[in-house]
Amino acid sequence: MKRAAAWSILLVGMLYFILPLVGMVEFSLSMKRGVYSFEAYRVVFADPQFRQTFSYSVLMAVLTILFGVLLVVPTAFWVRLKLPGLRPYVEFVTLLPLVIPAIVVVFGYIRLYNTSSWLPMTGSVTGTNLLLLFGYSMLSLPYMYRAIDTGLRTIDVATLTEAAQSLGAGWFTILAKIIMPNVLVAVLSGAFVTFAIVMGEFTLAALLDRPAFGPYLQLMGANKAYEPFALSTIAFIITWACMGLIQLVTRLTKHDKAAR
Amino acid sequence: MDPRVTEHPPPPPRRRLNLAWIGILPFAAFVALFLIAPTMKIVIGAFQRADGSFTLENIFGLFTPTILSSYWVSIKISLASSALGSLIGFLMAAAMVLGGLPRFIRSPLLTFSGVASNFAGVPLAFAFLATLGPLGLVTMWLRTEFGINLRAMGFNILSFWGLTITYIFFQIPLMILIITPALDGLKREWREAAQSLGASATQYWTQVALPILAPNILGTFALLFANAFGAVATAIALTGSSLNIVPIMLFAQIRGDVLGNPHLGYAMAFGMILVTALANVLYIVLRMRSERWLK
Repeated sequence: MKRAAAWSILLVGMLYFILPLVGMVEFSLSMKRGVYSFEAYRVVFADPQFRQTFSYSVLMAVLTILFGVLLVVPTAFWVRLKLPGLRPYVEFVTLLPLVIPAIVVVFGYIRLYNTSSWLPMTGSVTGTNLLLLFGYSMLSLPYMYRAIDTGLRTIDVATLTEAAQSLGAGWFTILAKIIMPNVLVAVLSGAFVTFAIVMGEFTLAALLDRPAFGPYLQLMGANKAYEPFALSTIAFIITWACMGLIQLVTRLTKHDKAAR
Repeated sequence: MDPRVTEHPPPPPRRRLNLAWIGILPFAAFVALFLIAPTMKIVIGAFQRADGSFTLENIFGLFTPTILSSYWVSIKISLASSALGSLIGFLMAAAMVLGGLPRFIRSPLLTFSGVASNFAGVPLAFAFLATLGPLGLVTMWLRTEFGINLRAMGFNILSFWGLTITYIFFQIPLMILIITPALDGLKREWREAAQSLGASATQYWTQVALPILAPNILGTFALLFANAFGAVATAIALTGSSLNIVPIMLFAQIRGDVLGNPHLGYAMAFGMILVTALANVLYIVLRMRSERWLK
């Protein structure tokens, strides 16, 4: 009785999650009347605008990950090693992007860094790209920081640092050769979440008027019948792949540790 | 997955006097320039005239029928989607944890929740358009198989309920992710103690389990509320500009100053910060309360 109720709740719930995905995939395959085909995907892949916006977003995602790692790994390491008292405050700050809506922050960017301000970032294409990069880094900060900080918790930062220092290693060597390899899994899971966020992001890119994948998707949705569903399916696969990769790297290291 | 999920109460800070703080300067500069300063610009701008003098006019300016109704619709959608999301998410998590189901269900369901809570934005809107839109999978199926015409019954995906049903796609998984550890924390001894004192299953739930879980459930509800209130992309992709809600209005205001007063836009954004900040504070407070019983 109880088990039957539990099963039915779960099945009805899963139905709610599966139907929209089925609907989306079904639509994306129905561009040719009467038969299922990959026509919509073919059209999408042939669209130069798709290639352009997609590769723009991939590039931005990679740059955001690089910037995020360079910013967060040394900071989280330093806070753990030298400023443990500041840890709760730093952690609080890294969670703020989840509290302040992204649309508000980007509104602030536009007003603060416009052409007549002291730092006219929106005045040039490079400047706007850079601003978008920083915006993405801000959005992914909560995920990046938490992943890396959790990774640092599992290693003895102080002992490793002292050992490296006594062997004559400088800060750069310690970070690059001692800390990074030890928190690589954490960095990778932060990186995959960041990748998924940047690939699907709409608000920042649209308001800063950059040719990213999210705004392109929205534009296609307003103008085309089947292509948006093919694009959404692609976006969903990217999200799945990123989450799957996180599971994979986490699991692989668990085996790794068990084997030792 | 949401990093707010496992929050710990901060340990007491220690005082140090040295130069180690220089090491976090890059981080501090980044946060100041690209998170704090832009937000402060909006907050301060909400209390300024165009010439920079202090005023409350912008805040009072929010009390026009259009803006008030946009806040009201936004709040209603956020309430409805977080209530439904919490309820369904709780039921699904309870079924998974306490329903006597095989263990292998757990890991895939939690992984899927991780994916689904991240699958928001524009693609989500299209998934629901393909399902419950005028030509959607479910719409057509109901019409051809059962003769049920959703449209004639007044259902429209570009409406209050359409948006609510779409939002719970990322609300339910978030609830599952947050409430599962809490359900795991319900000790078997509590149920046994209640039973040995003669309590029925209903009494156990209403007088033991739910009161223990209540701060957690309410806190998550607040978190889901903030989550829905700040959702921009899904709403824009789904409804274009046909639905008058805060994120859509603010988006239009940033793009083209549709309110005709830039500082009114600041006030609107400030209102948005206020609502999401309140919801988050509520979450944190209730979360700390719940940790008294559940570790």
